[in-house]
Amino acid sequence: MRGKKRRVIRIVLTVFSVVFAVGFLLPTVLTVTNSFMSQTEISASYGAVFGGDSESYISDTVHLKLIPDLVSLSQYITVLFRSPEYLLKFWNSVILVVPIVVFQAGVAAFAAYSFSRYRGRFREILLFAYIILMLMPYQVTLVPNYLMSNWLNILDTNWSIWLPGIVSPFSVFLLTKFMRRVPVSYVEAAKLEGANEWQIFSRIYLPMCKGILYSVAILVFLDYWNMVEQPIILLSDMEKYPLSVYLSKINSEEVGVAFAVAVIYMIPPLLLFLHGEKQLIEGIGQSEGIKG
Amino acid sequence: MGKKPSINLKSRERLVSWAFLAPSFIGVMVFFIIPFIVVILYSFVDSPITKDFVFLDNYAALLQNKSFQTAAKNTLTFSVIAVPLSVLLALGLAVLLEQKIPLKSQFRTFFLSPIMVPIASIVLIWQVLFHQNGTVNLFFSNFGADGVDWLKSDYSQIVIVILFLWRNLGYHMILFMAGLSHIPNELIEVARIEGASSWAIFYKVKIRYLSPTILFVTILSIINSFKVFREVYLLTGDYPYGPLYLLQHFMNNMFRSLDYQKLSAAAVLMAIVITALIAILFIAENRYGKDVEG
Repeated sequence: MRGKKRRVIRIVLTVFSVVFAVGFLLPTVLTVTNSFMSQTEISASYGAVFGGDSESYISDTVHLKLIPDLVSLSQYITVLFRSPEYLLKFWNSVILVVPIVVFQAGVAAFAAYSFSRYRGRFREILLFAYIILMLMPYQVTLVPNYLMSNWLNILDTNWSIWLPGIVSPFSVFLLTKFMRRVPVSYVEAAKLEGANEWQIFSRIYLPMCKGILYSVAILVFLDYWNMVEQPIILLSDMEKYPLSVYLSKINSEEVGVAFAVAVIYMIPPLLLFLHGEKQLIEGIGQSEGIKG
Repeated sequence: MGKKPSINLKSRERLVSWAFLAPSFIGVMVFFIIPFIVVILYSFVDSPITKDFVFLDNYAALLQNKSFQTAAKNTLTFSVIAVPLSVLLALGLAVLLEQKIPLKSQFRTFFLSPIMVPIASIVLIWQVLFHQNGTVNLFFSNFGADGVDWLKSDYSQIVIVILFLWRNLGYHMILFMAGLSHIPNELIEVARIEGASSWAIFYKVKIRYLSPTILFVTILSIINSFKVFREVYLLTGDYPYGPLYLLQHFMNNMFRSLDYQKLSAAAVLMAIVITALIAILFIAENRYGKDVEG
């Protein structure tokens, strides 16, 4: 009796999970499958939403399709070979994001090492300031960023996004939390062997933090790959916009292409996610508990 | 004589440790702290050029500004709806994946997958779903409901809440799963042996142990709810329908007109509100979770 009840609960929970999983996956899957539609099919299916070439066969409702009638690579061919502007914007995204990820992780690893090896009053206050700063939304932080970029005369250049991004304190906090758990005995042992600070950092701390560094890098990448606020405020030249902003400006005649561009834009984070999922889940788990 | 080298070593070590901190420290000072102090000063003067002290005039003007009021109200409404929902649902998902169901790690991956999808990539589908002639209306029309253009209606915030939950639940779920795994197993065993029901174990033992995680997820949700401008901007552009006009839209307009007084007053005000909010959450958690920590 009890066993039967348990089995029923189990089935209900499983069904529940499946429904949720479908809901979570569907938007992504639909975007991917729709990118393989020809322009005609896109117009026929979504003309009611996006307008497009307003004549003839467009019905007045949409047909959301999971699978295209005819798999076509034409949108991808257009993006890759006929309209270089999308690839240029994609390149803008890469140029903006990659240096931030690499240098933020580097700067943060140094800072976190310093925060975890030495704990003075000043450092504790500073770390607290970092945490508060980390919690501030762009509505707050972009104002000081803008002022400084203005004074340094780097507005409307990539530097105005790179520099604040590189020194942003998010990864410092996560890495410090992790590094503070490195046992002191390791450091003492290394010192007895005559290791200097740089060697302790590069031979003990860094190897131990590889996983967390990777997951911090993924999180930073995901955040900046989505950047919107910084470019629209700090850059006035649309040519420099990353694809994250530009994609929404594609006009309605090019919806088919937009699906293909959307999928191409997904590829780098998707690869990172698939490759680093284990570290990412561990890393997010580590960040749990802001106080510890 | 014998002591001198060791003092040198200590002070050298100190110097090195400062060198490690320097790049981050200088950067944070230059791009955040120092200009923010200037922002505070700007918020009390009538213009960055004449620098006449006007005390709280800028703040008064800001609070009386109709656009600011709308933006603040909308942002607040969104956070009040989205934050509790995301905390509760994420906790629900974490508990769900604690049960004995097949393919657990696959489900975990699926729930987390939206964080890797760029927002810009997903807005097209969202538009297809919630347009006047979109799929959701098509579905409801089967029941005889009249369609609405969701993003241009009073329900527009609902669309954004759904998008927000879709993107953030997985991440928050992982945090709760980590929190749940830190609860000592013996404690739950003891409760079970003493005849506590699973429900009692959940809300008497687990929830109390989870209170730091709940605090963290709540703070994170609040922060993310301020970031939802991204979704709104990519879906609706610079000039969204009324309920979607958020604080960041207001800030963008102030940047465009270079209204330094309102910009700086708004930034300072928001910094104060957020700091106060987080302090309150910390104090509340400290009271509630005191007896289970350390």
